[in-house]
Amino acid sequence: MATYSTSEFKGGLKIMLDGDPCSIIENEFVKPGKGQAFNRVKIRNLKSGRVIERTFKSGESVEAADVMETELQYLYTDGEFWYFMDPESYEQVPADATAVADVVKWLKEQDSCVVTLWNGAPISVTTPNFVMLKVTETDPGVRGDTSGGGGKPATLETGAVVRVPLFIDIDEIIKVDTRTGEYVGRAKD
Amino acid sequence: MPRTDGIRDELWRPCASLEILTLRATLLARIRCFFMQQGVLETDTPLLSRYGSTDPAIESFHTRYSGPGSVDGLPLYVHTSPEFFMKRLLAAGSGPIYQLAHVFRNAELGRRHNPEFMMLEWYRPGMEHQGLMDETDALLSVVLEDFMDYRAAKRITYRQWFRDETGLDPWTDKVAAFRRFAEQQLDSVPETMDDNELDPWLDLLVTHYLEPGLGDQPVFVYDFPVSQASLARIRQGEVPVAERFELYIKGIELANGFHELTDAGQQQQRFESENRVREQTGKPVVPMDRNLLAALHSGLPDCAGVAIGFDRLLMVAAGLPDIASAMPFPFSKV
Repeated sequence: MATYSTSEFKGGLKIMLDGDPCSIIENEFVKPGKGQAFNRVKIRNLKSGRVIERTFKSGESVEAADVMETELQYLYTDGEFWYFMDPESYEQVPADATAVADVVKWLKEQDSCVVTLWNGAPISVTTPNFVMLKVTETDPGVRGDTSGGGGKPATLETGAVVRVPLFIDIDEIIKVDTRTGEYVGRAKD
Repeated sequence: MPRTDGIRDELWRPCASLEILTLRATLLARIRCFFMQQGVLETDTPLLSRYGSTDPAIESFHTRYSGPGSVDGLPLYVHTSPEFFMKRLLAAGSGPIYQLAHVFRNAELGRRHNPEFMMLEWYRPGMEHQGLMDETDALLSVVLEDFMDYRAAKRITYRQWFRDETGLDPWTDKVAAFRRFAEQQLDSVPETMDDNELDPWLDLLVTHYLEPGLGDQPVFVYDFPVSQASLARIRQGEVPVAERFELYIKGIELANGFHELTDAGQQQQRFESENRVREQTGKPVVPMDRNLLAALHSGLPDCAGVAIGFDRLLMVAAGLPDIASAMPFPFSKV
């Protein structure tokens, strides 16, 4: 079993904590001049996304987590699983609803995503920061109004609903920031 | 074509800005000026010694001399503080002395730690720790002038500090009570904390609970548990206390001082028991400083001494976020 000592702690290191794979966000070395040293660590649970703080006595060891981030192509969903493919080996990896979580509304077939694998199985999916998606439903565009003021809701091909400017029409392709869920602009053709 | 990869990057540049380096020089000049006016002699003792610090919480760097006089190679320790040499000067009749020295501590690197840092250390024959706290106040109000409104630091005993903030008494309460408190109040408690030893629990609560609650006010904490006496003398009373103090500013541990232990026999016992702890915890045993013990035998004048982390002082004066910003070339750049 691979382990890491506290001296190896740094941002990005993947460790096991309470049975879950976690990623170290921040590691702070704390020590009284003449006393016990500690590592105060901010950690993200890679399954739940929750951030917690943990204190270790310097010199303690923790189990390493077999976590890998790979870029995979999203293929399709059968409703139960979302299938991703390694573009080089063509190997397919099914991710369950917990793993895809709320990024499901940005998943467009053929798009590349960063999939976090723990012991070979997906535990989380990150979509690109910007995605290009087609508008499938919205009120008719208001010609000439390019101010963008006010806006209106639009449903996209993946099912996501975003606020768009009044001039956007059905079938137009727009650019959306997946981190904020906000409309960025029309796709440049 | 000469290879240039890795040569043209910007990592060679110093960390601290010129403004901070100027402030560094200003503080150094003010410290020297203060001690000159007080008639305290500047000393300059060796960094290398045949002996090291036995303190189990401090790791020395070591190296080896080989050449004339030592064909087989002579193990040497890089000092973690100029204390032992300075005490030999005191025992030889130097009178009050101070030193600005780079000191080295292995395995310490973080926001407030750099393996090499500068220490201001001084000794006052005839003073005890309360008097030295007065002088520390006097020094800092001069050195920090224009940078910080330093007033005489509040003083609180270690015991009262714990009682006020936690309701616990390190002299009478059991480890279990400290575990209970830590488990209730802290985000997390390290898994390997030992229920037979109180000091790691006290250190845990000091660093994770008490220090963050100190606020910006300068505070002296004094009269430590005997188990944390280090090189301080013990005073008997209602409970025995180690005549040791620490100064905090903005919650940062800045200084550590002692009413110095002068008894050679007690000093030797402490060295030996520290080495026993080293042995038990799998740390290298360090040869105790026989020259220091001989100096104590010969007679160290009754005195008090204190060490201030100079880089941390600069952090506090300039409001810097980390110790690296106070140094021209912190560890990542050496």
